[in-house]
Amino acid sequence: MEKSTVLLEMTGISKVFPGVRALQNVDFRLRAGEIHALMGENGAGKSTLIKVLTGVYGRDAGTMSLEGEQITVKSPQEAQSAGISTVYQEVNLCPNLSVAENIYIGREPMKFGRIDWREINKRAKDALARLELDIDVTKVLNTYSVAVQQMVAIARAVDIKAKVLVLDEPTSSLDENEVEKLFEIMKKLKSNGIGIIFVTHFLDQVYQICDRITVLKNGELIGEYEISQLPRYELVSRMLGKEVDEFAALENSKVFNKQGKKPFIEAKNVGRRGTINCFNLSLVEGEVLGLTGLLGSGRTEMARLFFGADKIDSGELVIDGNRVHLNSPIDAINNEIAFCPEDRKQEGVIGDLSVRENIILALQTKRGIADRLTRKEQEKIADDYIRLLNIKVSSPEQLLKNLSGGNQQKVILARWLVTRPRLLILDEPTRGIDVGTKTEIQKLVLGLAGEGLAVMFISSELDETVRCCNHVAVLRDRNMIGELYGENANQTTIMQTIAGGAKQ
Amino acid sequence: MRKLKINASQFSLLITILLFIALFAAGSVKYPNFFSLQVFCNLLIDNSTLLVISVGMTFVLIIGGSGIDISVGSVIALVCMASAWLCQNTGLDAFTIMGLMILLGAVFGFVQGIFITYLKMQPFIVTLAGLMLARGLTALISENTITISNKTYVTLAQAKIHIFGTGAYIRSGVIIALVVLATAWFVLSYTRFGRNIYAIGGNEQSAILMGLPVNRTKVAVYTLSSMCAALAGIVFSLYMLSGYVLHGQGMEMDAIASTVIGGTTLTGGVGGVVGAFFGVLINGTIKTIIMFQGTLSSWWTRIVMAALLCIFIVIQRLLSMKSIEGVNSKKSNTGKLGKKTGSAAKQI
Repeated sequence: MEKSTVLLEMTGISKVFPGVRALQNVDFRLRAGEIHALMGENGAGKSTLIKVLTGVYGRDAGTMSLEGEQITVKSPQEAQSAGISTVYQEVNLCPNLSVAENIYIGREPMKFGRIDWREINKRAKDALARLELDIDVTKVLNTYSVAVQQMVAIARAVDIKAKVLVLDEPTSSLDENEVEKLFEIMKKLKSNGIGIIFVTHFLDQVYQICDRITVLKNGELIGEYEISQLPRYELVSRMLGKEVDEFAALENSKVFNKQGKKPFIEAKNVGRRGTINCFNLSLVEGEVLGLTGLLGSGRTEMARLFFGADKIDSGELVIDGNRVHLNSPIDAINNEIAFCPEDRKQEGVIGDLSVRENIILALQTKRGIADRLTRKEQEKIADDYIRLLNIKVSSPEQLLKNLSGGNQQKVILARWLVTRPRLLILDEPTRGIDVGTKTEIQKLVLGLAGEGLAVMFISSELDETVRCCNHVAVLRDRNMIGELYGENANQTTIMQTIAGGAKQ
Repeated sequence: MRKLKINASQFSLLITILLFIALFAAGSVKYPNFFSLQVFCNLLIDNSTLLVISVGMTFVLIIGGSGIDISVGSVIALVCMASAWLCQNTGLDAFTIMGLMILLGAVFGFVQGIFITYLKMQPFIVTLAGLMLARGLTALISENTITISNKTYVTLAQAKIHIFGTGAYIRSGVIIALVVLATAWFVLSYTRFGRNIYAIGGNEQSAILMGLPVNRTKVAVYTLSSMCAALAGIVFSLYMLSGYVLHGQGMEMDAIASTVIGGTTLTGGVGGVVGAFFGVLINGTIKTIIMFQGTLSSWWTRIVMAALLCIFIVIQRLLSMKSIEGVNSKKSNTGKLGKKTGSAAKQI
């Protein structure tokens, strides 16, 4: 297949949502046999462009053609039959159906006028085997982890014999091995002449696999580039539309002296059977503690103990020298501990409430129902934090669900900051957020620490951990295997600790 | 080979079946003459109408999105009354009348489906309007009982279908009901339409994104439910041989109760018609036991059903909570991060 054959062409696409111009005159060109990265900050219009392509949204202007023929895609159904197959950012499968059925629903093989279940299960097994996933395909989908579900979604998309494959952040819940497998599949499909649109926030992945990059910003096209002609730094500056030296600026704040300070919270031999083995850990005010380790090493599990989300069954927690019992999150809140969970979509965002209501939620809970915040107080708090965190909203009364992912995360952060916690636990606060907002949140964390807040920071990205944390606890297989401080906590030492224990 | 249903839902189906057996056994132990094929056949005869609407209700509940159809009882009354009036006042052939009634049901359900699907109105409200409309139209035709004396109807109603010379018999309505049941089972398990219903009930948004014909399926399901109700009306007119404005009153609630006891959840995506069948049988068995007992008021049926409904909803809840726990422990086993942080955020 010739490299330059244009497979899909979108010209002059515009899309307006009430009050927001989501896309404005955007062109996009996908060639057969290429992997094309679609990049931009949150709110740049990537998802909107993809949803226009796949028929979820109608477009207000513009034309689309596939293999030279004009197409009008009015529904996901039409997109699929036209040969456009999609894996969306959030897993979009049916939790109540079996894995096999999720892969084949809508195009089940039939035999004698009835669905051939035997064939479906067999083919599903094969499809997943190609992704090197060996699971019982007759089991219901929601008995599997998010990562497995994501792989199932990918298996479905790949199995549909498509001309265009759209992957909208498929890798955010996958571990490295799974990502590698996905990339192998992508390369195979590419060599078969399929055009792949790849949306991701991981720059490494872009440079590892993509051929071309199209950059969007604020709903407008910035440009299309060959990957070799756009070095990483250039890409970031195109996406942000400004010169970025903020990365460098962050590095300075690393120096932190723990000596002589009294620990704010201490865990002495704390553990919980089956989730995390006994560990000792202490945090002083103004310290940013990073919990790092591979997926499943027990990071979240450890953090949950500090929030009373799980009860400890050995050892003791000490705050300001007094032993405390955290039996439930409300105990933790009363001890001025706050927790931003990992899965903000499911566990933090209340989309149908306004930004203001979402912000004051935790504070109101803390004060109790009798001591209601007046409307004026609420508005003041909301305005303050919107300004402080630089949350992009049209008004505090905007519904949270209409905000981009990064801004939603900031609102959740604000919700907890309002309660003036002394310990803030952040579980993957920057997952699925664009580079610019990521940096902002990282800066914010450091700023808060500077004001005396203790922060527990969980991240899968090593560079982020290194940049933000002055104290890193390394976990492996549900054990805390080491602690690193200050300058000693860099990517190399962390990886050495994870990989080989204390040999060095 | 079919290992498709969720263990949890299979479990709740199993409980339903065991409960039916236990009830029937209890009746058999307590009352002589209870344990006979004819008592079981009567169970089917007396509840064939309920079975047909419960099948329709199962579809509506599985498709979720607060899916419910409370118009079915009134549609039964309307069909009985309209059939009786047509028999009395026109020379139409009985089968033509039945055909017209099915068509009436289809149109009725189609319109409800359009309102629910395209105008995104609450199914409860739409079918409540349907309930009132159908009952009102029934009274408009006649406020008095109209007896059906059409020959074909009477022959069909009185026909006894004997079972292999055992002496026990069933009525034609039972045949209709069992055919509906078997067809519905096949449709739900082995056709794309059926599987799409489960998919939509599982997650409507996902179903749209997977390219399934969501709107069409929803309209079809409501059409189907009203068609079942019309068919149930025909079965009921054979059972009663009359049209009366209060026929089938409250029967929609019995259908919902039977379906839920049979393991179909109100939240959608889970359940099936086999469960509904046993739900209906349980309902009937309780009635029969109370009849055999002789002194208890027939309203006790309602009280027992109420208790069962509560128990079953609690069981379903516990099962679904358990399966969520299962997921979490599974995640830990495979080394993925647990997502239990939910409890933390939700409490706040």
